Amino acid sequence: MRITQGCFSFLPDLTDEQIRDQVEYILSRDWAVGIEWTSEPHPRNTYWEMWGNPMFDLKDAKGVMMELDDCRKAHGDKYIRINAFDSTRGWETVMMSFIVNRPENEPSFKTWRMEADGRHIRYTHEMIG
Amino acid sequence: MDGDMGETLATVDLKAEYESSGVREILDELDRELIGLAPVKQRIRETAALLLVDRARRDLGLAHEVPTLHMSFTGNPGTGKTTVALKMAGLLHRLGYVRKGHLVSVTRDDLVGQYIGHTAPKTKEVLKKAMGGVLFIDEAYYLYKPDNERDYGQEAIEILLQVMENNRDDLVVIMAGYADRMDRFFSANPGFRSRIAHHIEFPDYTDEELGRISASMLENQGYVFDEAGRAAMEEYIRLRREQPHFANARSIRNALDRARLRQANRLFSGEVPVDARALSTITESDIRASRVFSGGLDIDGSRRMIED
Repeated sequence: MRITQGCFSFLPDLTDEQIRDQVEYILSRDWAVGIEWTSEPHPRNTYWEMWGNPMFDLKDAKGVMMELDDCRKAHGDKYIRINAFDSTRGWETVMMSFIVNRPENEPSFKTWRMEADGRHIRYTHEMIG
Repeated sequence: MDGDMGETLATVDLKAEYESSGVREILDELDRELIGLAPVKQRIRETAALLLVDRARRDLGLAHEVPTLHMSFTGNPGTGKTTVALKMAGLLHRLGYVRKGHLVSVTRDDLVGQYIGHTAPKTKEVLKKAMGGVLFIDEAYYLYKPDNERDYGQEAIEILLQVMENNRDDLVVIMAGYADRMDRFFSANPGFRSRIAHHIEFPDYTDEELGRISASMLENQGYVFDEAGRAAMEEYIRLRREQPHFANARSIRNALDRARLRQANRLFSGEVPVDARALSTITESDIRASRVFSGGLDIDGSRRMIED
């Protein structure tokens, strides 16, 4: 099942040029860039593993692309995403996040429905494969 | 810049390129803002011409390969290497050889780590910042310490060499330092010598040039010399050159800073009200109070607190 999280995830995968252009946009807004990876793309798994430190004062996207290449070498069969963080007071949040690498075989999810007290129904999502 | 256009059908007007790319602007700025340094300016003009022609060749589809742009700037301290590097970054940016045109200025401390495994991430961090611009390594020879074979500088050198080769489109490296020590550094690291195409030497300033530099530094800060002050400054330059730790324009800047201090003290201790002219004039006594006139500098600075 194709995982759809973050920006552009309903589009075909971004090419490296497109990723570079997005990173250029991020840098043009003075946002910090972080690269993160995970093998568990469950929607509740918010915190992925960081790849190195966030990059705060780059001028050119090449620096990010070098790190991304290194990350792909180490975690090519996992999910990798790029986060853009805006440190402006009042925002202080992730402004953009998009997946830049997926495993060949993506996992899928199964929904479980559970009866709880007072005829409440609870749902949970289990990752399969 | 007299290009012969030849008989090809498509032509490139080098003169127009020169104007429109903004290269002319940078070179004019260089001429205007930097006093002296004639050989340096000449070399930069030649480099600019080479790059313009190379770009024209590329536009016409002639055989070309990305020229090696890494440079070394050699010269004594205070001869304008950093300033010229800044201009060089602007020039390369206008010509489209670097994408962003910023200058990242580092020394050994920024590249070399303190323990095993610290150097590579540190060097990479700096390189990432320099991508799309110019990396200026001041006193580059400190990277190489031949007497200590376990020195981490070697690791930084290897990473640098690799990036200088593989990322030629992404960044330009300029190494700077004293001429003799750079020569030794290059002969011990032939990898650098072969990857650096442009060696530019920065000559020392003449006394006359330093005089002009001192006047223009003062002017930028809104001060002027009076007639006797100017004469005193010229004598100061002559004497200062003979003394140890002379650093060309940097020595002049420091001397002027101290002269302004003395001027402030003089005005403050005078009883009469001061006008705008008095506030912005450096006089003979402000210069002549310097230790340079009384036989030399106190290098370790132990008397500085009392005498300044």
